[in-house]
Amino acid sequence: MRKSLEKYYRIDKLPHIWCPGCGNGIVTGALVRAIDNLKLNKDKICIVSGIGCSSRAPGYLNFNTLHTTHGRALAFATGIKLARPELKVIVLTGDGDCAAIGGNHFIHACRRNIDITTIVFNNNIYGMTSGQYSPLTPLGAYATTAPYGNIDRNFDLCKLAEAAGATYVARGTVYHVPQLIKFIEKALQHKGFSVVEAVSTCPTYFGRKNKLASPVKMMEMLRDNSVTVKAAEKMSKEELTNKIVIGEFLDVNAPEYVEEYMKIIKRAQGEE
Amino acid sequence: MTMTTKPRLMQGNEACVEGAIVAGMRFYAGYPITPSTEIAELAAEKLPKVGGKFIQMEDEIASMGAVIGASLAGLKAMTATSGPGFSLKQENIGFACIAEVPCVIVNVQRGGPSTGLPTLPAQGDVMQARWGTHGDHPIIVLSPSYVREVFDLTIRAFNLSEKYRIPCILLMDEVVGHLREKVELPDPTTLKIINRKKPDLSKIGHYNPYQDYDGDGIPPMVNFGDGIPYHVTGLIHDITGFPSTKPEVTEHLISRLMRKIYNNIDDIVEYEKFFTDDAETVIVSFGSTARSAIRAVKILRKEGQKVGLIRLKTIWPFPRKAIQELPSTTRNIIVAEMNFGQLREVVEAASRGRFDIIGLNKYNGELISPDEVIAKVREVHKNA
Ligand SMILES: Cc1ncc(C[n+]2csc(CCOP(=O)(O)OP(=O)(O)O)c2C)c(N)n1
Ligand code: SF4
Ligand SMILES: [Mg+2]
Repeated sequence: MRKSLEKYYRIDKLPHIWCPGCGNGIVTGALVRAIDNLKLNKDKICIVSGIGCSSRAPGYLNFNTLHTTHGRALAFATGIKLARPELKVIVLTGDGDCAAIGGNHFIHACRRNIDITTIVFNNNIYGMTSGQYSPLTPLGAYATTAPYGNIDRNFDLCKLAEAAGATYVARGTVYHVPQLIKFIEKALQHKGFSVVEAVSTCPTYFGRKNKLASPVKMMEMLRDNSVTVKAAEKMSKEELTNKIVIGEFLDVNAPEYVEEYMKIIKRAQGEE
Repeated sequence: MTMTTKPRLMQGNEACVEGAIVAGMRFYAGYPITPSTEIAELAAEKLPKVGGKFIQMEDEIASMGAVIGASLAGLKAMTATSGPGFSLKQENIGFACIAEVPCVIVNVQRGGPSTGLPTLPAQGDVMQARWGTHGDHPIIVLSPSYVREVFDLTIRAFNLSEKYRIPCILLMDEVVGHLREKVELPDPTTLKIINRKKPDLSKIGHYNPYQDYDGDGIPPMVNFGDGIPYHVTGLIHDITGFPSTKPEVTEHLISRLMRKIYNNIDDIVEYEKFFTDDAETVIVSFGSTARSAIRAVKILRKEGQKVGLIRLKTIWPFPRKAIQELPSTTRNIIVAEMNFGQLREVVEAASRGRFDIIGLNKYNGELISPDEVIAKVREVHKNA
C-alpha cells in the first residue's frame, strides 16, 4: 500500500477477514484512491454499510463508520445525511444487501435523489452466508441454494437505479481498476444519488460453484466478458447474454432531496 | 413555538409532538399507521419551523434506521407507529440497544395480532415492547394515561434515552392518543432537558466510544461529524467499538448494558399510588385503563371498600418495588389491562406468592369501564 494512503485505513484492524483473491479489497482500495484523488476532508466523510462480507469494509477505513443491519444501510445513511448535510455519506453494500433485503430502500433512495454515493460490491452471490444465489446471480449459474442452476431472473442493477431515479449510474469491475476509481470519483463529486456497481469476485463461493475457483480465473472472466457501453449498443440481445456492460449509464442533474428540504425549512419559517 | 400556559384542547398525539419538540426532537422519520398518524402529520408541520427535519420513509424498518442515523449524527430523533409497524421496527430497535443510540419510539397501541383492530384500543404490546427485539437487552417503556401526561412522558422518554443511551418506548394506546383534553402546558424554560453526555477529551486523550469512563455504565458519546472518527456496529464489540467474539468481551458488554439501567431503577421507574396504605385489594393498571380504575377506586372508597391503585408510568423495567412495598393489609391484586394478561404474569412474579393475583382483561377492542372494575372488586371481596 502507498504510504500516503495509510491514513485512510485502520491499519491496526488488518489483516482483514476476506479470503485470498476476494475482490472486496480492490473495491475498497478504489474508494480510498478516489477519496485521496479528490482530497476530500476525511473528518466529514461517513461510511455506512449493511451486512455481508463486503459490508465489513468500513471497519478497516478510518472515517466515521457505521455497520448497520442487513439491507438497511441506506435507511441509516438517509438519516445521517438529512441530519447533517455537510457530511459526505457513502454507502457500501453487497448485491444481496442492496438488491434483495435492501431493494426497497435502494429504489426509494434513488427516487429521492438524496446526496449519497452507493457502491455495490456485486460478487453475484451471498458470500457471508456461504454461497446462496442473490437477485444479481446470473440465470443458469450455480449456488448452494441453486444446485440445479439458477432460474431466478436477475436484476440489471444499473437499469433499476436509472429507472428508480438515481442521477449518476456507472458499472465497473475489479479487473478494470483505474476506470472503477474514476467512476467512484465522479460519483463522489456528483450532487444527488449516485450508484457505482462494482462487479467483484468471490472465488470461494461463486467461483467454486461455477468452475472459476481460482482468483485468476475469475479475473479472466471479468476481462473476457466485459464490454463497454459503446460496444454494447451495437450488440444484439443474444450477443449480450452473460456479458458485463461497463461504463457510465447516466450523469444528469435533478433536485436533490436535502437541498429541497432546506427550502421547506425556509418556507416554514416564513423566509420565502 | 405556540407554547402558552393558557389551557387548550389537545389530542394525546398532539401533546406527544409538542413534548418532543420541547425535549429537543429535531428529527422524525415515520410511516403512517392508524392510530399514530397524527404524530407524523404534526411533526411534518412543526419540525421545519424549528429548523428540524421530517421524512416519510418507505416503511417502518427504514424509519427506524433513519432515526438511528440521525441520532448518531447528533439530532434527537423520534418515530411513531402502531402494532404492525412496531413489529417491523424491532430489528433496528435492537441495533439501537447494542450500539447505544438514544432515540424515542412511540407505539400507539391498537388491537392485534396482525392488522387486528386498526382503529380500536388495546394494550397488547406490553411484552413486545419488552422483548420485541431478539437477544438479551434492557429497554425503557413509559405509558401515559392523560393528554398532559403524554406531553410530560414524551419529554421524559427523550431525557432517559439521552441520559442512558438507550431506545426509549412511549407505549400509548388508541384512547390516550386520540383523546382530547383541556391541558395547560408548562413554560418550556422551566423544564429539565437532558442531553447525551460528551467526553472530556482533555482528560481522556484517545477516545474509545464504548469505554465506561465514568463508572456509571454509560459511555460518553461523540456525534458523527464532530471530528473524531469511530466505528459503530451491531456486532458484539469491545470498548473501541470493533467486533469481537471473545466471551469476556461479550459478557462485559451485555452486563454493562444491563447495569446502566438496572443500577438506576429508582431514577427510571415512576408510578403513582392511590389509597394503597390500608388497601385489602390493589388494582394495578396503566394507560387509559388506569383512568377507569381511578374512577372505580373513588366510588368504591365512598362505599368504604378498602381498595387502592398502583398506576404505572414506567412499565419496563417493571416497578417490582411498587408491588413489594404494599402493606400487610393487602391480600389481592387485580391487574386491569386491555390484553389477555400480559402484565399479570409480571405482577405475579413480583408478588412472590404474597398476594392473590386476579386478571381483569379485555381484548375485544372495548375499553375496560369503571363499572367493570367495580364489579371485579366486589366479586373479589365477596369471595374473600
Ligand atoms: C435480517 C437478516 N437476514 C439474514 C441475514 C444473514 N445474512 C448475512 S449476510 C447475508 C447475505 C450477504 O450477501 P451480500 O449482500 O451479497 O454480501 P457479500 O457477503 O456477498 O459481500 C445474509 C443473508 C442477516 N444478517 N440478517
Ligand atoms: S466468501 Fe467470497 S465475498 Fe466473502 S470474503 Fe470470501 S471471497 Fe470474499
Ligand atoms: Mg454478494
